[in-house]
Amino acid sequence: MQSLGIKAIFEGRNFWRLFEGLFVTVEIAFISIIIASLLGVIIGLSRTTKSKPVLIINRIYLELFRVIPTLVWLFIFYFGVTTALNVDISGKVISIIVFSLWGAAEMGDIVRGALQSLPIHQIESGKALGLSYYGLYRYVLVPQAVRRMIPGTINLATRMIKTTSLVVLIGVIEVVKVGQQIIESSRFKFPTASFWVYGFIFMLYFIICYPLSRISKKLETKWNG
Amino acid sequence: MEWLGVNVMDENNNILLNIQDIHKEFDNKEVLKGVSLSLHKGEVLVVLGPSGCGKSTLLRCLNGLEKIKSGDIKFKDKSLIQKNIDWQEVRVKIGMVFQNYDLFPHMTVIENILLGPLKVQKRDKTEANAQAEQLLDKVGLLDRKDAYPRQLSGGQKQRIAIVRALCMNPEIMLFDEVTASLDPEVVREVLDVILGLAKQGMTMVIVTHEMGFAKSVADRIVFMDEGKICETSKPDEFFKSPKTERARQFLNIFQY
Amino acid sequence: MNIDWNFIVSSLPLYEKAVWITLKLAFGGILMSLIIGLLCSVILYFKVKVMGVIVKAYIELSRNTPLLVQIFFLYYGLPKLGLKMSANSCAIIGLSFLGGSYMSEAFRSGIEAVSKSQIESGLSIGLSKFQLARYVIIPQAFSVSLPSLGANCIFLLKETSILGAISILDVMNVTKDLIGMYYKTFESLAMLVVVYLVLLLPLSFLLSWLERKVRYAEFGN
Repeated sequence: MQSLGIKAIFEGRNFWRLFEGLFVTVEIAFISIIIASLLGVIIGLSRTTKSKPVLIINRIYLELFRVIPTLVWLFIFYFGVTTALNVDISGKVISIIVFSLWGAAEMGDIVRGALQSLPIHQIESGKALGLSYYGLYRYVLVPQAVRRMIPGTINLATRMIKTTSLVVLIGVIEVVKVGQQIIESSRFKFPTASFWVYGFIFMLYFIICYPLSRISKKLETKWNG
Repeated sequence: MEWLGVNVMDENNNILLNIQDIHKEFDNKEVLKGVSLSLHKGEVLVVLGPSGCGKSTLLRCLNGLEKIKSGDIKFKDKSLIQKNIDWQEVRVKIGMVFQNYDLFPHMTVIENILLGPLKVQKRDKTEANAQAEQLLDKVGLLDRKDAYPRQLSGGQKQRIAIVRALCMNPEIMLFDEVTASLDPEVVREVLDVILGLAKQGMTMVIVTHEMGFAKSVADRIVFMDEGKICETSKPDEFFKSPKTERARQFLNIFQY
Repeated sequence: MNIDWNFIVSSLPLYEKAVWITLKLAFGGILMSLIIGLLCSVILYFKVKVMGVIVKAYIELSRNTPLLVQIFFLYYGLPKLGLKMSANSCAIIGLSFLGGSYMSEAFRSGIEAVSKSQIESGLSIGLSKFQLARYVIIPQAFSVSLPSLGANCIFLLKETSILGAISILDVMNVTKDLIGMYYKTFESLAMLVVVYLVLLLPLSFLLSWLERKVRYAEFGN
């Protein structure tokens, strides 16, 4: 019975459809990370200002996205914003919007953390060498800040990829949804399909996320050791 | 205290530690290249040498923190290199004090000192407590027994680290550059404690950079360089007229 | 914008019930996670050979896959093998599976934070590996682990938001149903947000306060 089930994955175009779904997953995460990084750098830099209102707004923004679960944000945008603005936006676009906002908040924190962790004496040594403000940033601070950000960023990317699995709940056709479709259509032919299909999807996520987390760990030890 | 090499026949049953030709490697680099030494009861050995010569490593091999590649270490005729050696037992008898004192931050001074006696040696609480307080009094810190390490100065912490090791009633004490992390003003108070111990006949191996101290506390100076023992002499001989060129070069560093 | 307060008030009982379900499942998941995490970190500390490899594999598998897929596998997949479990059981098992590895990492980072020289000091007064763990490592590791452990609890509580996908009547499903049946989108979403804020903000502040207190105890600043 069980060996029959695994065939469901290879039946017809199922295998490729799963990968197309996976592509949607990665696409959403990838686009969101890029937007999030750009926004995040701005947000992170803005957190080094002394302006109290800016800091407070930043803080509230970050905490809102951290405290409220991502799925709730997806609901808010998918049900709420579309109803309020009376527009019909695809689940995919909503996902990208939500993930970008969430990602930007997290990236902002990563950037701020990286900037703040730079040892003061680096700045002092740089100044002592006569570097200009621009030179200081370009040759001393930015390269080091970027190094400190990479593990956090990769970690965020991994989390984002995992979280995109949620978008199936707002109807986006990504890998989990494709899986459900396959299971549904295989109901008679391969009754045990759900075990194999979900198991396969489980492995797909692992194959994507595990290398990322290994790279992140390797970079972290390489640059901190 | 003159114990050196006199009457070998008599001294043999007073040898506490016999180190025979030990070799040790770190990452394929040989750090100890055949070190042999014997330590007599009541003797104070001071190991001197430039950085990286292996003196700390030697010490750490003596209480099992580092494993040797070949050779033998005999503690009172019992080999410490056997497969099933219980280092726990050995470490009770060979106490060690480190450069970074490392008192347990979540325990008070008295708790730090009593941890070993009560939990490892399973001694009677009143008896152990009495000894602990007596030792604390001797180093002048009895009034700090309920303080936490973070409330103490470096010199105080180091003296308590010494008391903590002493409270186990060890037969040999090892000191690994114990004053290296201390401010100069407090170095003296720690060295005085060690001098006191020497006067009472404790068998010790001391690694230090403090030359004046080495001269006054040592029965024998062991000079190491690049993983080997270069020369062994009495303190007067060593400081006035060292036998080897390397030792001469080393001592020159300390003359301005 | 007219807010239908009547609707909000009449829906409160539904939300209250859902919150209880969420809290019960989260609590079960957190408890199991702590136990699993502790077990895993002990196994890794004592360097048990075969179990150590299994634990490491478990940690990597659970951390690199989404909870949703794990729970779908448990709820829809396993029954095909004859292993049918209630939605609540799947929820708790899923949360524990994921949470256990996070907790184990938190414990492990605490253990590793204890400096090598502390361990050597302990060894030098003759402590056994077990005594070392009990008197030197765990007390110090605990304060380092606590913030991570707390953060993991909050994380698990947030993750309960996906449990609606396996037909558990949690606050997400209640909201979805209310929007679907009554079209009171704004009110339903607002209540949803309020519920999560009320659940998580106090915990978040508690965690920050704990972190600051622990840092003070360690470093006196």
